Amino acid sequence: MEATMDILIYGLVNSTALALIALGFALVYGISRIPNFAHGALYVITGFFVWSLLRGAGLNYFVSIVLGMVITGIIGALMYQFILIRVRGMAISEIIASYAIGLAILEGLRWWGFKGMSNTLPVFWEGTIMIGDVPIDMQRILVVVIGVAVVAFLWVFTHFTRIGLALRGMAQDERAALMLGIDSDLMALVAMAFGAMLAGLAAVLLLPLGNIVVEKGYNVLIQAIAVCIVGGLGSWMGAVLASFLIGFAQILTTVYLGAHYQMVVALLAIILTLILRPSGLFGRQKELEERV
Amino acid sequence: MNMEQRRKERLDRGIKVRTDSIYALMSVRELAYLTLPRFVLIVGMLVLPLAMPGMYWQRVVSIVCIYAILALSFDFLAHFVGLVSLGGAFFIGVGGYITAILNTSFGMPPLLSVPIAAVAGGLICTVLLLPCLPLRGVYFAIVTLMYPLAMGRIIEALDILGGTDGIMGLESFPNRWVEQYLVIVMVLVFLFGLRRLVNQDIGLVFRAVKDNDQAVKASGMSITFYKAIAVFIASGMGCLGGACLVHIYMWSGISLFALDFSILPIAATVIGGAGTLVGPVLGCFILVPISELLRAFGTLRIVFYSLILVGFIVVRSEGIMVYGQRKYHQFQRWVKV
Amino acid sequence: MSDEPILQVIEVTKTFGGILALNRVSFDVAEGEILGIIGPNGSGKTTVVNCITGFIRMSSGKVIFQGKDISGKPPHKIADRGLTRTFQIMRPYYSLAAYKNLVIPLFSPRAKRTGGWRGGGKLGDRDTVGIDILEEIGFERDSYVPYKLASTLPTGYLKRLELARCLALKPEVIICDEIFSGLSMSEIASMVPLIERLQMDGITLVMIEHRLRELFRVANRVMVLNFGEKIAEGSPDEVMASEKVKEAYFGSEDVEEVMNHA
Repeated sequence: MEATMDILIYGLVNSTALALIALGFALVYGISRIPNFAHGALYVITGFFVWSLLRGAGLNYFVSIVLGMVITGIIGALMYQFILIRVRGMAISEIIASYAIGLAILEGLRWWGFKGMSNTLPVFWEGTIMIGDVPIDMQRILVVVIGVAVVAFLWVFTHFTRIGLALRGMAQDERAALMLGIDSDLMALVAMAFGAMLAGLAAVLLLPLGNIVVEKGYNVLIQAIAVCIVGGLGSWMGAVLASFLIGFAQILTTVYLGAHYQMVVALLAIILTLILRPSGLFGRQKELEERV
Repeated sequence: MNMEQRRKERLDRGIKVRTDSIYALMSVRELAYLTLPRFVLIVGMLVLPLAMPGMYWQRVVSIVCIYAILALSFDFLAHFVGLVSLGGAFFIGVGGYITAILNTSFGMPPLLSVPIAAVAGGLICTVLLLPCLPLRGVYFAIVTLMYPLAMGRIIEALDILGGTDGIMGLESFPNRWVEQYLVIVMVLVFLFGLRRLVNQDIGLVFRAVKDNDQAVKASGMSITFYKAIAVFIASGMGCLGGACLVHIYMWSGISLFALDFSILPIAATVIGGAGTLVGPVLGCFILVPISELLRAFGTLRIVFYSLILVGFIVVRSEGIMVYGQRKYHQFQRWVKV
Repeated sequence: MSDEPILQVIEVTKTFGGILALNRVSFDVAEGEILGIIGPNGSGKTTVVNCITGFIRMSSGKVIFQGKDISGKPPHKIADRGLTRTFQIMRPYYSLAAYKNLVIPLFSPRAKRTGGWRGGGKLGDRDTVGIDILEEIGFERDSYVPYKLASTLPTGYLKRLELARCLALKPEVIICDEIFSGLSMSEIASMVPLIERLQMDGITLVMIEHRLRELFRVANRVMVLNFGEKIAEGSPDEVMASEKVKEAYFGSEDVEEVMNHA
């Protein structure tokens, strides 16, 4: 009984964590069809900025968080405006370019001295509460709450605001959106900035649970891609659903096999999806199975 | 009319005829014009180890050659088959670990375990990459990018195959000269072999898969099968390189899956000229020594390659050898009219 | 020549998301005939070809070729059995020369088995056979045209190259998707004898076309699709006289209906 509650609660936490990590990537891909392989780098660099602002400049924690996210959003926008816009449309070049940028950021951080150092961000909300017999710390609860809030916000935003609807329009059919007067480059820029900020938000919520290590950048990238492939590249609902599938699978393997298998689960999920149902759960690219 | 006039004429005017693949040679000089670059390349590479001042630089030459093999496999897959492999490190790692296991657990000598590792590694990599072959190229890029990242972490987490310590105590090649020349000869063999291959009938099928895979399907051929063959060739090459590397260092560990092996071949190809097959080799000769010099700066060298890569992609430069080949055929001389 | 139709399309249906692209389309193709498929834009003509040849998975229905069920088989297997097609949007292998384009179909298992078009038995040099095929469909042999890069050829030649690609496989059936589109009058004038010659060589042709006058010159029978449904089938004259077909192409002239909406 206790094990089940454990699994349920920590599965929920893990799943929302994955959803937060993956949504940024899914958003950018869904709207502008750019696979942003610098996603993991943006995650880590937000942690770096917040840490520097907090410990280095001595700013208030909340202010540091907001500033850190904003800076990352700006970096995302700059990345798009100066580099990715030139390779827009050539899928492979987009991947190589964004991956190279991500590498430059991550390895640059590593060289600067972030490697091995245990830099930590403090948890936002101290304390632990008990749900049933399971102890759970407040930070994790915060993750779930904010995760749900973000998904809800995204849903409302893309269904009821002008910019949100424009983004959805672009996601569905870029040419039609262009004909309706929606500036696709501007929308892609907004999407990148948003996606980068989401990566930052995930970092701010999840990094306090551990320390800021450059390796996490790569892990985040792998997990985000796994979730998006399983859910279907381009589908936000799919990403949310997939993060639950993978999240619970990871918790189950942790409980029964050991904590080291998380990466194996992610990789297996990708391979299985590509074999069985390449377009993912809700993938819009059914053409993978029925190519015209 | 007594005035002697001069005009400029291309060097290859007498040589080139109607098509690009037929040449008419009438003198030794014209023969030399065509074969000189290749001759210089082959002789240069064979002489290189003798010209190196000391063991350190001889080892650098070997490392250059291993990267060159990887870069050749990348260029072949990307430009002639349409599959962009973002994880050359995966091939290096698989090849390295297989030969390490064969050598330490089964006692096979390197000259035997290396070829076996190349073939077996090629098979394993092809099977692992099989799920993404029927799909669009993006998926191949994603999966090849992930495999080396994941493998390193899996080995570390599960602590198999020697874990973070790796497998130590490997034999090295019987002779320093064997070590040197094996890789150099391999590079030359692969370079000229691939050049030949892409103009053979099966090479044309690869290039057709890149240009228009729907038409290849409509011609009654399974593109998954042909892509698999191409991946087998490329991964076999990479595994061979990895196996040699491991016997040079006499150690096999997680660092085989390092990002260097994934990024440097791509940067070398982009700089040296994609699609020329000799360009990537040249690119390695430029980048690897620079990276050795930058070793003191730690992982900054990866930042360096990445920025170069981004720069070249954004500027869409054609690369050294593409420019060079074009210019070589445009040399002009003054000729009396 | 048996009495069994060489190709039977039975109740093929295809939905894309919410759109019903094909609605229980059925027709037979007799061996050796030329069947034309016509219909307004968006009626599903290319979709039916994609379903038959395996490029799209049908939602339901069956396709029987030479007595065997090929529904749901992958496209290369279907081409391997002799059911070939051309593409409406032609994409030759741009980086290769024209005659080299044919090396690929000549390399296929089917070409190796059947010896290719007029190859007969063991194929020799694929380059030579390629040039032979090109000559047969109208490339001038002694000119530089077969040796040019496919990216530099004009449309008329590219259409013939598409046909040549199918011919290299020694097909039983060729489904031509809008092969007359984009051609000038003189180019069509030289294509029509080629099509007739193919029929005389025993190949069955299914031609999707917009250019009705040229099509009716060669087609034995014609079928009309509209909004994914078959609305007429028969000889060209019968079909063009049908009310439904006229309505599909020109719209309804029912004045009362229009008045009732006013």
